[in-house]
Amino acid sequence: MNQQQNIEQQLWSYIDGLSSNEERSAIQKLIETNLEWKNKYHELNEMHQLLNAAELDHPSMRFTKNVMEEIAKLHIAPATKNYINKKIIWGIAGFFLTLIGAFLIYGFAQVDWNFQDNSKPLIDLSTFDIGKVFNNNFVNGFMMVNVLLGLVLLDRVLANKRKKFQKQV
Amino acid sequence: MSTGLGDNEIISRVLKGEQNAYAELVNRYQAYVFTLVLRMIKSREDAEEVAQDVFIKAYRSLADFRGESKFSTWLYTIANTTSITFLRKKKLDVHSLDNEKVFEVADSKDSGLRANMVEQKSRVNMVNEAIAMLSPDDAEIITLFYKAEQNLEEISRILRLETNTVKVRLHRARTRLKDKMEKNFSEEVKNIY
Repeated sequence: MNQQQNIEQQLWSYIDGLSSNEERSAIQKLIETNLEWKNKYHELNEMHQLLNAAELDHPSMRFTKNVMEEIAKLHIAPATKNYINKKIIWGIAGFFLTLIGAFLIYGFAQVDWNFQDNSKPLIDLSTFDIGKVFNNNFVNGFMMVNVLLGLVLLDRVLANKRKKFQKQV
Repeated sequence: MSTGLGDNEIISRVLKGEQNAYAELVNRYQAYVFTLVLRMIKSREDAEEVAQDVFIKAYRSLADFRGESKFSTWLYTIANTTSITFLRKKKLDVHSLDNEKVFEVADSKDSGLRANMVEQKSRVNMVNEAIAMLSPDDAEIITLFYKAEQNLEEISRILRLETNTVKVRLHRARTRLKDKMEKNFSEEVKNIY
């Protein structure tokens, strides 16, 4: 940043009232004593006044009427927090965290921690059989839990719908 | 006619089913929203449509307004996203301050605007004309700060930027505005400084 830009930035902060008390008094002194600062301040302050004086644009006279006609056909949507159930979000997050944790535990369980040969990695991926992993009881168990969670969720959705229906009747 | 009620009071009335009370909010903020949208979109016809859309969206989502910020800040956030969506649909370049294409677009607009310029302009008109020559990003931040009565923290919420970034962007936008004024309105600027 060159000196000119630096002066401008400090002066804008001063004009906007964003500089600290110490900065303010230092800048005030510079404006009073230094011609370059004085001229720049005058220039920026004029622009600041102009920007404050700039008028707002106005839409057509029918604007409010048009908006009110449109919203007459609409209903206010229920607040997002009313229809997003935090328990479901936490449930989904918990499920994925458990899944990741289980895979990590399973992976570490496969490691031979007593293996001494440093030339080979701890886990030999060349012998890793993915078909074997997805066929064992561990994964089947997880699938069962997944299905159960799905059924619980479905039950809750149907129960809510039943309640709403009963209220309407 | 103004009711003299605060924004939050009007909102709670609307939420209780008094739909007509919303007209007061529309009257109160239509010029601010319209100016903000117009300075980004640069076409009165489109700006009117987008500004109406902003108020309709705000009405539909009114239950989501929690009163944690000013209603105007919340409304300008909707105006900002709606305008950006509109510009994207129109395939106009809205981003970013460091993207040179923006300046090419802005500069190419200059020539068209210059052709329509009337010789004698009031100072205020000159500022409005110069703002119209800026990129949508620059025009938006200047309008939010000077016309929409938003401070840096509020602007940072509307634009989803850090407060310091807003400060730097505002500074750059004003520098570019000054350049535009000096370049296109040199005579008028001489009289001012």
